[in-house]
Amino acid sequence: MIPSEISEKLKKRFGDAILETKTDGVLDPFVKVAPQNIREISLALRDTEEMRFDLLMCLSGMDYGNGTFGVVYHLNSTKWKHKITLKIEVPATNSHVPSVESVWKTANWHEREAFDLIGIVFDGHPDLRRILLPDDWEGYPLQKSYQLPEFYNGMKVPY
Amino acid sequence: METMVSPALVNQEVSRPATIPGFGRELKSDEMVINMGPQHPSTHGVLRLELVVNGEVVVDMIPHIGYLHRCFEKHAEHMTNYQQVIPYCDRMDYIASMNNDLGYAIACERLLNIKVPERVEYIRVIMAELNRIGSHLIAIGTYGMDIGAFTPFLYAFRDRERILDIFEQTCGARLLYNYIWIGGLSHDVPANFQEKVKDFCKYFRPNIKELNDLLSYNKIFIERTANVGVLPADVAINYGVSGPVLRGSGVAWDLRKDDPYSIYDRFDFQIPVGDGKMGTLGDCWDRYMVRVREMEQSLNIIEQAIDKIPAGDVQSAVPKRIRPDSSDIYVRTETPKGELGYYIVADGTTSPFRVKVKSPCFVNLSALPAMSRGAMIADVIAILGSIDIVLGEVDR
Repeated sequence: MIPSEISEKLKKRFGDAILETKTDGVLDPFVKVAPQNIREISLALRDTEEMRFDLLMCLSGMDYGNGTFGVVYHLNSTKWKHKITLKIEVPATNSHVPSVESVWKTANWHEREAFDLIGIVFDGHPDLRRILLPDDWEGYPLQKSYQLPEFYNGMKVPY
Repeated sequence: METMVSPALVNQEVSRPATIPGFGRELKSDEMVINMGPQHPSTHGVLRLELVVNGEVVVDMIPHIGYLHRCFEKHAEHMTNYQQVIPYCDRMDYIASMNNDLGYAIACERLLNIKVPERVEYIRVIMAELNRIGSHLIAIGTYGMDIGAFTPFLYAFRDRERILDIFEQTCGARLLYNYIWIGGLSHDVPANFQEKVKDFCKYFRPNIKELNDLLSYNKIFIERTANVGVLPADVAINYGVSGPVLRGSGVAWDLRKDDPYSIYDRFDFQIPVGDGKMGTLGDCWDRYMVRVREMEQSLNIIEQAIDKIPAGDVQSAVPKRIRPDSSDIYVRTETPKGELGYYIVADGTTSPFRVKVKSPCFVNLSALPAMSRGAMIADVIAILGSIDIVLGEVDR
């Protein structure tokens, strides 16, 4: 299936939850969806026979720098070999996103990474802890507003 | 004689943590927690595994990573130029640097819509495949050593040395090359490059048979790896694992064929998959054997490519100023470890707005607990070795 067909199928089923579709003039065609519906949409994409997106290639947390955080899901089907990108955006002040860990296990560590570095909270994640940084690290380094700390545990940070 | 008891230990209640973060329930009375790492010799780097064990049997495992975190993504955002990110890519999977650079270079070229000269494409493919052989040799050699076979390790390093010599002659570096640039290469290859590579192919092919006799079909090795750490295909795909770990489970999925990049569609090669020959489909032996067979396929690709390198200037398409328009792209390539993806967001300036790396080792390692539950403690070492992680890439 080509991306516009996938988007049509989703629109028919989820209606208003599909906010925007862009297939022309972009390098990777994407569908922007409502954050609260991401889990149901993911499940439908995985389990509908004609789509069968069984592989989550990548899950990226984003700080767009204008008060919005985002999550980008790159999906691929090992059976049909088609791809689609899902994007969601949430306000930085209340960055709660439903977890898709129960749909693709790949998301488990990727969501922990997005939580660790950007501070997006994935509701329903079974084990949302820091993964790359130490447990006592303060702040989320990949946020655009992040200030480098002067001290870490009493030690001067050398720059 | 009276035994000395430290005052600190007297009257101290033996306390057990109620729950371990990441384990999900309280420990039962016959379960205990054992730490493996961060400096255990078989963890191939700085990795800590927290094992919940019942006697010798692993009930659950909680991997702790991040000891080698070097803020790749933060650094990439702070560079003044897209090209400056490449040395950092080198340092992710430091035993397959060529493959890492190739993925990043292709991603930037697609952002900029650059067509790379034919000569560059051929040299890149040859370098990537040579590096794949080098990486698999390390994986195979150290895996044998984990299990207790020391000799294959030395044989593997002897052969890898020849590959490193070719790289050193080409770009001066033996480990971190910074050779593949956006739009081209840093240098052209030396005059005797083709001859050297052909010599290597001729030299190396019989050594694969030697390696098979020495390790692959060794009775002790098979006993240690067959039927251990079985990963069924559907679980593997759901975890998103890739590379030899996925193909060991019998899934013929190789991005060089399934999502071709560079000029891989011009070459004739097979995708080796696991077949459960020595035990169960998807066990450690299958994952190991996929790597051995892949080295033969890499040799096939190199031999097809080496005589076809056209003449040309390898720097002719290197852009003077790299400034992609606002857009984003996800590009994935098949590295020796699996699917390495770069998600690059450009905002119209000369430095990337965001570079997210989907590292194959990171994802493959996340499936380790699923493979290890129910195994013996000694088998954890066999399973960990069979997924071939490089902690530099897990932690980035």
